[in-house]
Amino acid sequence: MNEAVIDIEDLTRTFSVKRRGADGRRRRSTLAAVDAVTFRVLPGESVGYIGANGAGKSTTIKMLCGILVPTSGRVRTCGLDPLKNRRDLARRIGVVFGQRSQLWWDLPLRESFSILAAIHRLDAATAGRRTAQLVDQLEMRPTLDVPVRQLSLGQRMRAEIAAALLHSPELLILDEPTIGLDVVSKARLREFLISERASRGTTLLLTTHDMGDIERLCERVLVVDHGRLAYDGTLPGLATTVGAQRVLVVDLMQPRPDLLGIPGTTHLGAEADGLRQRLGFDAAATTAADVLAAVASHAEIRDLSIEEPDIEDVVRRIYQSMG
Amino acid sequence: MAEPSAWSPYAAVLASRMRAQLSYPTGFALDVMGSLLIAVTEFGEVWVIFHNVHVLGGLTFDAVLVLFGLSNLGFGTADLLFGHLDTLPVFIRAGTLDAFYLRPLPVLTQLMTSELDLRRIARMVVFAITLVVGLRLSHVSWNLHNFALVTISVVFGTVIFCALFVCAASLQFFLINAPELTNSFTYGGSYASSQPAAIFPTPLKLLFGFLVPVVFTGYLPTLALLHLPGPELLPAWLAWLTPVAALWVWLVALVLWRWGTRHYQGGGG
Amino acid sequence: MPPDLRTYLKLVRAGFARQANYRLAMLAGLATNLVFGFVRAAILFAAVRSAGGTLAGYTAGTISSYVWLSQGLIGAIELSGSAEIGDRVRTGDVAIDFTRPVDLQTWHLAEDMGRAAYTLIPRGLPSVLVGALTVGLVLPRTPLPYLLGVLSIVLGVAISFYARYAVNILGFWLLDTRGVRTVYLVTCTFLAGLYVPVSLFPTWLHTLAYLTPFPSILQTPINVISGRDLGVDAVADISMQVIWVAVVCMVGRVLTSAGRRKLVVQGG
Repeated sequence: MNEAVIDIEDLTRTFSVKRRGADGRRRRSTLAAVDAVTFRVLPGESVGYIGANGAGKSTTIKMLCGILVPTSGRVRTCGLDPLKNRRDLARRIGVVFGQRSQLWWDLPLRESFSILAAIHRLDAATAGRRTAQLVDQLEMRPTLDVPVRQLSLGQRMRAEIAAALLHSPELLILDEPTIGLDVVSKARLREFLISERASRGTTLLLTTHDMGDIERLCERVLVVDHGRLAYDGTLPGLATTVGAQRVLVVDLMQPRPDLLGIPGTTHLGAEADGLRQRLGFDAAATTAADVLAAVASHAEIRDLSIEEPDIEDVVRRIYQSMG
Repeated sequence: MAEPSAWSPYAAVLASRMRAQLSYPTGFALDVMGSLLIAVTEFGEVWVIFHNVHVLGGLTFDAVLVLFGLSNLGFGTADLLFGHLDTLPVFIRAGTLDAFYLRPLPVLTQLMTSELDLRRIARMVVFAITLVVGLRLSHVSWNLHNFALVTISVVFGTVIFCALFVCAASLQFFLINAPELTNSFTYGGSYASSQPAAIFPTPLKLLFGFLVPVVFTGYLPTLALLHLPGPELLPAWLAWLTPVAALWVWLVALVLWRWGTRHYQGGGG
Repeated sequence: MPPDLRTYLKLVRAGFARQANYRLAMLAGLATNLVFGFVRAAILFAAVRSAGGTLAGYTAGTISSYVWLSQGLIGAIELSGSAEIGDRVRTGDVAIDFTRPVDLQTWHLAEDMGRAAYTLIPRGLPSVLVGALTVGLVLPRTPLPYLLGVLSIVLGVAISFYARYAVNILGFWLLDTRGVRTVYLVTCTFLAGLYVPVSLFPTWLHTLAYLTPFPSILQTPINVISGRDLGVDAVADISMQVIWVAVVCMVGRVLTSAGRRKLVVQGG
C-alpha cells in the first residue's frame, strides 16, 4: 500500500497574540505559526524538518498527532484524521519531544517500559522480546533499574526513543532528539535510528537544529521559515541552492601567513597571528578531507574542527534566494 | 497468546504510584500523621461548637457525627483517587498532558489514574470510625434499609465529589493562572457537605442542594437514617436519589471536560 | 530618613508591587473566601440562634463581623506555613543572602508586609463589603477601634511572618520541612481562631491557645477592629501582641545565628 504516511495540505495554524503596538496601546494580532504548508511523506522515507526557533515545527507536529486543531487545511497521518482517530493513530505512531519526558519520572526505567507495554496492549511475549531488543541495541541494560530522573540526558533520550518504538510504530516523529547531547551520544543515536529504519522500514520525521543529524539520517529536507515551507528537496540540493559553506578551522603548529589559494576554499579569517585559520568551502564542490589534505601540504596541522552551515544562515539564504 | 485486559495499563500505573509512595516509609508515615491532624482539627471545629450548643440545624452531636462521617468518607475517597485533578496546570506545564494525547487511551482516564494519594487513607479511617460511632450513638439499627442507604450514600457521594474534581480540571484549562478558583466548589463543597443544610439560607440550600449537590453526600442520608423530616427544600426521602444527583454532576463534568479539551486543542494552553 | 529605614521601605514597596502579578490568583482566592464565608456565617448564625441569641458574648451581628473579617484577613496573614526563605534555605541560596548588608529576617519581614498590604485590596476589603451587603454585620461607629485595629492587624501579620520564618529556618537542620510546616499550618489555623472564635473554646483549650502566639495573629486583631475589645482591653491586646512579636522574632534570630554558624562550619 503506497498510501502516504503524512499527508498535509494547505495546513494553517494561527494564534491570536496580544501585543503593545507602536502607539503604546494593546492590540490583538494574528500570528500564523504554520502557514499553508503542503507536503506528503511516503512509507519508509526519512525526512528532516528544519527551521529557526518559532518557525512552526513543533506546531506542525502537534497537529500531526492530534494535540492541536488546525485553523484550516487538511492533515492525515497514517491515513487517519488525528483529531477524530487520535487513539487509533497513537497505536501507529511514536513521538519523542526532546525537551519533555513521556516516561515515569520517579520509577525505574524498566517499569516505564512495562507500563507502556500494557498501554499498547502488547502481549507478554511480544513486549519482552521488543523491550530486550531495544534495550540491547540502545545499550540500556545497565540503566534499567535506575529511576528515570537520575538518568543522564543521553541515557534519557535513548530511553524515550526506545519507549516510542516499543509498539513498533509505522511512523517515528522526533522533535529535537539530539539537543544537548555530546558528540559520541549523537553518533550512537544516529546509528541506531539508521539500523532501526533499515530493519523495519519505519518512516522518520525529524526536527532538529543539527545539520549533522540531517546529513546522517535524512534523504529529504523540509525547511520552514516563519510558518511557510521554503524548501522541499535533498540536502546536497539545499546546500547547493543556497551556496552555504562548511568551514574548516585549522590550528597550525606555527603561525603562518593567510592560507590563500587552497583550491575550492575561501579564506574567511585568521586568529593569533595566523596560528588559527578559517577556510570556507562548498560542500557540494569539495570534501573536508580534500581541503584538509591541501592544507596539510602547506603547513603542519596541530588541531582542526569543522563548522557546519548554521541552520539560521541556510534558512536566511533560502529566503533571500527565493525573494 | 492472551491479550492483556483493558484495565492493565491503569492498574500498572496505579500500582507503581502506590509502590513509589510506600517506598519512603518515614516520609509517608509523617505525611499520614499530618493528614490525620488535619482531619482531627476539621472535626474539632464541630466539636467546639457543640461544646457551646446542643443542637445545630436540628441535629444533635451524635447525628452530626453521622453527617461528618458520611460526607467526609465520600470526599476522602474521591480526594485519594482524584485529588490531583485540580492541579491540571502542573500537568500541562510538565508536558504530561501532551504525553496523554500520544497514547491510545482516553485522556481523562489517564489523568484520573495517573496518581493517587495514599496519605488520604488517614482521613478516611478517621471518618469511617466517626461514622460507625455516630451510628451506634444514634441507635441506628443494622437492617437492610439502613445498610443500603449508607452504602449508596458513601459510594455515590464519592462519585459526586469525583465529578467535582473533573469539573475543576476542566475549568482549569481556562484558568491556567488562577486554578485555585476551583477550590471554591471542591473544598468549599466538601466544607458545606459536612454541615446540617437546614442552617443554610435558601440561596445556599439551592446551591449545595441542586447545583453542586453535596448535601446528598451526608446531610440527606443522615436525615433518612435518623428518621428526621428535614427542611422544606430538602426532605429526607431525597437521600434515595443520590445516584440521580451523581448522574447530573457527571453529565456536567463530562460536558465541561469536552469544552476544556476543545479549548486546549484550539491552542488555548 | 536613616538609610536603613529607607531600604526597608523600598522592600515593603517591592513586596507590594510583586503581588500585582498575581491579581487573577487573588481574585480566585477571593471567590473561595466568599464561599467559605457564607457557609461559616450560616453555621455560626445557627449556633448563636441555638444558644438563644447570644453565644460567648457574640450576637448574630458581631459573629458575622468575625466571620467576614477573618475571611478577609486570610490572605494577609498567610497561615500556610510556607515562606520564600524556606526555599532559599533548602537550595542553599541563603548563603548569598547572608552576604548582603541587610538583616535577613527584617528584609523578608519588610517584603511580607508589602505583600500583606496588597492582599487587602482584592481580598480583604471585598470580603467585608460582601458580608456587609448580603448577610449584614456590625462594626464600630467610632474611629478609635479602626485605628487600633489597623495597628493590631500589622502586629498580627508580623507575628505570623516571624513564626513562619522560624519554622522555615529549621530547614537548616531538617532535610524536608514539609512535616513541620503541615503541623504548623494545622495548629496555627485552629488556634488562631479561623475555624471558630477562640472565645468558644472549652476553658482548657482556650488557655492552651493563649499560651501560643497564634490567637494574636488573627483573633486578637479581629477583636480589636470589630470593637469586641474596647479601650483598655484593646490596649492590653496590643501590648500582648507586641510581646509576642518580640518573642517570636527572638526565636527566629537565635535560629538564624545558629543556622548561619552551621553554614560557615559545614561550608553550605
